[in-house]
Amino acid sequence: MGMTITEKILAAHAGLDEVKPGQLINAKLDIVLGNDITSPVAINEFEKVGSETVFDKCKICLVPDHFTPNKDIKSAEQVKQVREFANKHEIENFFELGQMGVEHCILPEQGLVGPGDAIIGADSHTCTYGALGAFATGVGSTDMAAGMITGEAWFKVPESIKFVYKGELQPHVSGKDLILYTIGDVGVDGARYMAMEFTGPVIDNLPMDDRFTMCNMAIEAGGKNGIIAADEKTMEYVNGRFKREAVVYQSDADAEYAKVIEYDCSKIEPQVAFPHLPENTKPISEVGDIRIDQVVIGSCTNGRISDLRIAAEFLKGQKVASHIRCIVIPGTPEIYRQAMHEGLFDIFLDAGAIVSTPTCGPCLGGHMGILAKGERAVSTTNRNFIGRMGHPESEVYLASPAVAACSAIKGKIAGPKEVLSK
Amino acid sequence: MILQGKVWKFGDDVDTDQIIPARYLNSSDPKELAKYAMEDARAGFAEIVGQGDIIVAGKNFGCGSSREHAPICIKAAGITGVIAPSFARIFYRNSINIGLPIFESKEAAEAIEEGHEVKIDATSGVIEDMTTGKSYQAVPFPDFMQELIAAGGLMNYIKKNKMDK
Repeated sequence: MGMTITEKILAAHAGLDEVKPGQLINAKLDIVLGNDITSPVAINEFEKVGSETVFDKCKICLVPDHFTPNKDIKSAEQVKQVREFANKHEIENFFELGQMGVEHCILPEQGLVGPGDAIIGADSHTCTYGALGAFATGVGSTDMAAGMITGEAWFKVPESIKFVYKGELQPHVSGKDLILYTIGDVGVDGARYMAMEFTGPVIDNLPMDDRFTMCNMAIEAGGKNGIIAADEKTMEYVNGRFKREAVVYQSDADAEYAKVIEYDCSKIEPQVAFPHLPENTKPISEVGDIRIDQVVIGSCTNGRISDLRIAAEFLKGQKVASHIRCIVIPGTPEIYRQAMHEGLFDIFLDAGAIVSTPTCGPCLGGHMGILAKGERAVSTTNRNFIGRMGHPESEVYLASPAVAACSAIKGKIAGPKEVLSK
Repeated sequence: MILQGKVWKFGDDVDTDQIIPARYLNSSDPKELAKYAMEDARAGFAEIVGQGDIIVAGKNFGCGSSREHAPICIKAAGITGVIAPSFARIFYRNSINIGLPIFESKEAAEAIEEGHEVKIDATSGVIEDMTTGKSYQAVPFPDFMQELIAAGGLMNYIKKNKMDK
């Protein structure tokens, strides 16, 4: 019997010829990641058991991105603890402010993760790196601590669901729309404990940034990992960046899947996920009249350069509605600089938006864009849970950068057609 | 190990933002986090929950963030066990790792009501609703996870099996 990509990567990292879904294995890790919220808990565990050294100072990434630039004394102390740990153990990839970007934007960009890797991160959106043909999954702080000590993690080999995307994409339909549609279809626990393998001609044509967006949100369907087989586009992306040797895996033709789900993408409109679950999706034509207060364009889901370009395409020569606060957050310093050089900042500022330094801040209601009671936001982020962006009685609507930008202009949830048709 | 306590009931898809809102994640102190346990699912929960109480919830409990602060704050608030038809993957793993007993049973989760007194044999996975006298069997843990639980969580297991080698 053949194996899926996920099974092949796990087998290789466990030193086995083959693995089967349900099997418990111990796998060697290429990267162990933590941020400023999860690393302190991991460091406490690491020190509690008297561990003195990390397994490999080159394979640990510490990215303080959630409450940075630090919003208060407590969050500054959390980062200080991470910084001191990084210094003590000579961690190569500690990202100080200035180099720091949103973790799932910066790790691929800096070539720290690549095809064939096995990666754990104490952040649920670690599944983003599946876009490079890697096995990457979110874990908690204790798993991170164990990973930093041993360089290994135990896994139950997941079953895989194969998603096949066919047909021609409608204008302004992006990877974000495809993944929101998928989560709307299978539900927030539709892929619980499973690998989501994204395939088909639409995926083959999808730019890398959109692939990252899709794999990023696998966790929102309960997935253990999202994965897209590395192809020429992937290799073009990693060449010159990825510092180790890429190992490209393909699923065998006779690999076994728990399910195969096919979508005709020509029928998929821009999507909006209504509060308070990412599965509450509607096509833009069925959204109705929903007045909003804030728009956020950024995050590990949609803070990449092509996302900012799309937002700028709609905001160019336009003004955000007078009652709208529009926040644009480039994901990394490199994306920030690129956007600045391309003149995108002028477009955003002329439109009345603001541009922030890289941070996860507003996505999780941390800082830099908190909602008051009763307020509504359209956001390119990945979660719209109760209280996610602020007050428990505020609301978050998830959408693509195109829909977010159009909504900022109209002051209510709006799609590209409404802005372009005027 | 026998767990016994009063039941607090929650719905489907209770996410980690409801269990411990991100606005409190500038601390990793369990006692501090416990003050806000389940706050956005039920305001003031930390003040009414008693030591030894048990949470019974709907499907996909703990979906969302990888924040281990979620099982940590529930445990620190006095909750000794959680029963649900299913748990989100990272929450499940974190709970085992930190030693918060969790039990998968659709029947128990659906039948047991708020305020009932429940007794759980954590070793056998037998859940008894003392109020109605009905019993339920939770899905047993695989052997490896039982080893982790017996060792007192992942770090003790690592210490015993990996660091002393």
